[in-house]
Amino acid sequence: MKRNRNGVAISRDRKAFNAIAYAFIIFVTVLCLLPFWLVVIGSFTAESEIFSRGYSLWPHEFSMEAYELAFRYPDRVFRAYGITVSTTVLGTFLSLLMTSLCGYALQRDDFKSRGFFTMFVFFTMLFSGGLVPWYLLITNYLHLKDTYWVMILTQLCNVYFIILMKNFMKTVPKALIEAAKIDGAGEFYTFFRIVLPLVKPALASIGMFVALNYWNEWRTGMLFLQDDTLFPLQYYLYRLLNSVEFLKNATTAMSSNISSMDFPSESLKLAMTVIATGPIVCLYPFLQKYFVKGITIGAVKG
Amino acid sequence: MGVKRLFQNLSYDFRRNRALLLMILPVVIYLLVFSYVPMAGAVIAFKSYNFNDGIFGSPWCGLNNFRFFFMSGKAWQVTKNTVLYNAAFIVTQNVLEITAAIFLSEIAKPRFKKITQGAMFLPNFISWVVVGAIAYNLLSYDFGFINNVLTSMGMEKWDVYTDASDWPGIFVFLSAWKHIGYGSIVYLAAIMGISSEIYESASLDGANEWQKIRYITLPGIKPTFVVLLILAIGNIFRGNFDMFYQLVGTNGLLYNATDVIDTYVFRSLLTTYEFGMSSAIGLYQSVLCCITLVVTNLIIRRINPENALY
Repeated sequence: MKRNRNGVAISRDRKAFNAIAYAFIIFVTVLCLLPFWLVVIGSFTAESEIFSRGYSLWPHEFSMEAYELAFRYPDRVFRAYGITVSTTVLGTFLSLLMTSLCGYALQRDDFKSRGFFTMFVFFTMLFSGGLVPWYLLITNYLHLKDTYWVMILTQLCNVYFIILMKNFMKTVPKALIEAAKIDGAGEFYTFFRIVLPLVKPALASIGMFVALNYWNEWRTGMLFLQDDTLFPLQYYLYRLLNSVEFLKNATTAMSSNISSMDFPSESLKLAMTVIATGPIVCLYPFLQKYFVKGITIGAVKG
Repeated sequence: MGVKRLFQNLSYDFRRNRALLLMILPVVIYLLVFSYVPMAGAVIAFKSYNFNDGIFGSPWCGLNNFRFFFMSGKAWQVTKNTVLYNAAFIVTQNVLEITAAIFLSEIAKPRFKKITQGAMFLPNFISWVVVGAIAYNLLSYDFGFINNVLTSMGMEKWDVYTDASDWPGIFVFLSAWKHIGYGSIVYLAAIMGISSEIYESASLDGANEWQKIRYITLPGIKPTFVVLLILAIGNIFRGNFDMFYQLVGTNGLLYNATDVIDTYVFRSLLTTYEFGMSSAIGLYQSVLCCITLVVTNLIIRRINPENALY
């Protein structure tokens, strides 16, 4: 009898717990998705409705006005897309190459100066010279202001990823590397043909995070770019959102004079946000597992 | 170890491991140029910088840049803001992330789990520029969704872009919103690492769900928590520039409540071109960061060496 009652008590407890768990998770999920919904809906709402009723969960009347205007001169936003896609691809490739080469060498037992070089790399995480000397170096000494390469160079090397990669490289069996050496393979041959294929999961996951950093970078643009043909997507979006002048110039021919009254700046801002974010958000479900894996690798090793 | 030993190692590797040296060369050159040269360039904090003489040619000015910063009253204010905001973020984020991870780990339906986890990670995926647009969409005085709901319920509008008093809450909320997916995945991985046998034997002994969380899950994720805590405390003097800048931008009405060291340095550099003072603040921040990281790690190593970062 007692045992039975005990069993019932446990299952009731379990039920209450499950209810709270589901409720919490659903609440957080809705909270995470709702803002995205509002932005998309806002972009399809007529400007006059935004002025009279504000943003809402569902518009009274759907309007494509903002998108029509946004795509009337699409070359500017496409150019920003081009810059972001190319810097992301090129930057991620170079960054992964540097990170994996360095991570591999730093964990090799027969590399005697690995301790020194690990400290050399790690110290940059502990201490930095600050924004100003870095800014002056890039503008006045390396003369990278208003160049395409500044977007790639400033993000190229993340010490945290090097340490992560180094830890992951340790999982490659030493015997494999030894065997390749005995067969007369050179270090680079061993690295590219034997080691890299074995760490593909780490490359994919770390690569995702590097790519995401490149994709979302806007501060570099703000610090170093004045030439708007070089603007990456996020900085382009920032300028659109924060300057009505810039928004007008981006969506109308230079000569035309649309009065402020007719210009749908509110819905256009949201439409631009959707255009700049939509494609990458649509890709996200396919990439999710790499991110989860990447975070987990990092979590295990700290 | 000593310089002599280092030299011996380097010359050994130069003879025997030239390929490995070549492998680390790109990173070494990169860090030398983009990290170590700026460290040397930090001497500009003690100089009165002018463009023609450059960093190393400009005349020295002792501690004037620092004195100016500390006398302005800004030093205390931005430091205080940075630390208090970060402390609030650390507490709320960890509580929410651990809660979400524990609940997610209890959910049996894999599809539901995957979809909700994916949705929670979505905010982490977008840039702070987009979050700025979202915040405007929600909070705008004239058209914002929240103000719409408030007026439709007959309540007064929430005027956040001219009144700074509610921003701490907004920042805490948005930082938790952006980070919960990432953090819950980290903690979920830690929970998955706990042996299921422990839970089973606890159930046999009659432990209920709350007891299992209290005595198995929470102690089990403690090492992860400690590592994240050291990292967070090591960065407690570093403000989340992207967030503060994208949400407040150049809205001077909100500076007192929302200025952190990073935004202040950025503005002094780009809008007033005070190279000397802004580099002094940057150096002050770097030194504080370095000290806190070393000290916290030292304390952790005292308590439990396994959890230490290095």
